[in-house]
Amino acid sequence: MIQINGLAIRAGAFHREGISFAVPTGKYAILMGRTGCGKTTLLETICGLLEAPAGEIRLYGREVSHLKPAQRGIGYVPQDVVLFNNLTVAKHLSLALEVRRWPRKAIRERVGEMAQLLGIERLLRRKPYGLSGGEQHRVALGRALSFRPHVLCLDEPLSGFDAAIWEEICQLLQTVQRQTGVTTLHVTHHREEAERLGDVILEMENIAGS
Amino acid sequence: MNPGQEHIPKSDAPFLAALCILGGFYLFMIVAIVAADFGHSGVGQVLAGLRQPEIQYSVKLSLVSSVVTALLSIWVGVPIGYLLSRFRFPGKSVIDATLDIPIVLPPIVVGLSLLILFKTPAFRALGLDNAFIFTRKGVVAAQFMVACAFAVRIMRTTFDDIPARKEEIAFTLGCSRSDAFWRIVLPEARNGVLAAATVTWARALVEFGPILVFAGTTRMKTEVLPSTVFLELGIGEIDSAVAISLLMIVCALAVMIVFRMMAASQGLRPRGGRR
Repeated sequence: MIQINGLAIRAGAFHREGISFAVPTGKYAILMGRTGCGKTTLLETICGLLEAPAGEIRLYGREVSHLKPAQRGIGYVPQDVVLFNNLTVAKHLSLALEVRRWPRKAIRERVGEMAQLLGIERLLRRKPYGLSGGEQHRVALGRALSFRPHVLCLDEPLSGFDAAIWEEICQLLQTVQRQTGVTTLHVTHHREEAERLGDVILEMENIAGS
Repeated sequence: MNPGQEHIPKSDAPFLAALCILGGFYLFMIVAIVAADFGHSGVGQVLAGLRQPEIQYSVKLSLVSSVVTALLSIWVGVPIGYLLSRFRFPGKSVIDATLDIPIVLPPIVVGLSLLILFKTPAFRALGLDNAFIFTRKGVVAAQFMVACAFAVRIMRTTFDDIPARKEEIAFTLGCSRSDAFWRIVLPEARNGVLAAATVTWARALVEFGPILVFAGTTRMKTEVLPSTVFLELGIGEIDSAVAISLLMIVCALAVMIVFRMMAASQGLRPRGGRR
């Protein structure tokens, strides 16, 4: 469960206060709002990439506001995907497991499992250069889910795709969320996306103060 | 003016010709000085020069000391470049400027300053004066003091070009800063590391001023290739001096070619080029 209580967010000169909402365990929540209202800043604050000046972030009852990103157990897929040029797709899927010192056999199995779930088995040996936008999103999703996070944060994962890829990634997100049961917070400004995917729809204007 | 009329832009030829003339002049001058050296002393004279024990010694010392200097410069330049690129701290701009001092100072002044430093009571008490002044270690120290500044500058630019966002995403995956550095940032910086190693190696190979002052130019002891050119010129052996110069040109060219081949084999391409 994600619980946000009276959270303040800040990025440069931009700031907002009094953000409160909750997402029940295992639900797919869509956070909507107009461009520039602070959706990405909120997501990055929840992930720990930006400091929260005030308020509380609780994940599964645990207060995480003062923890480092690595300690929060959140899988994050940024809007710009940010793949690592020097790593193969397989290495993207195994990175989080290697730093957690999973046994090699378990890593191999998990990488195979994630590749199958995301339909990227044939890409495992490739590096990001030359992957299509849809393939890159699949890899970023696999990387974020590989370590079985409690919470998945997706920043505009469907923006910039044509109709066919949009539909493909939409179905993938639904399938992955149902199979993994991960509590998901997905940021978008498209109503269609929200209605298609969201169990819970949150409007930034309704959950935030000033 | 007809809005729908097809517009024929003026020819690119004069612009490209101007670029080629300006660039071509410099290229011509480089080729001309190399050709003049070869015209003065042929391959036979270079080989004859290489047979002399003093020159063989200086070749060996130059190659070994410049490789050691390049390795030391990378060892020091990578962490400094990373710190300057990723962190804000009080006095950063002063430190940044200080690190450029060896680049802007005349090399001979660097050598003189090293000599003065190693003659201070504190360094003498530690026995560092005898260990470094007029010794082979001193050759490396003198080369390092100048070359490392170039490694720092190149590594700083390299890390600046790698978005910090990559590390942030690595943090969300559970990486510590050191995990992110070793697994993501440093492998992505390999082009810069290679460039820094090449530049510092080349810089160390041609270094002369600080070595002359700090390590001396004693034959079969602290004599490196530029010192040999200086010594040979001093005794009127122009042919030997030119032969050594040619050898240095060949070495430099070989390293540049190897660097470009390594870069190409790793799929590294110069940025901003037309594909």
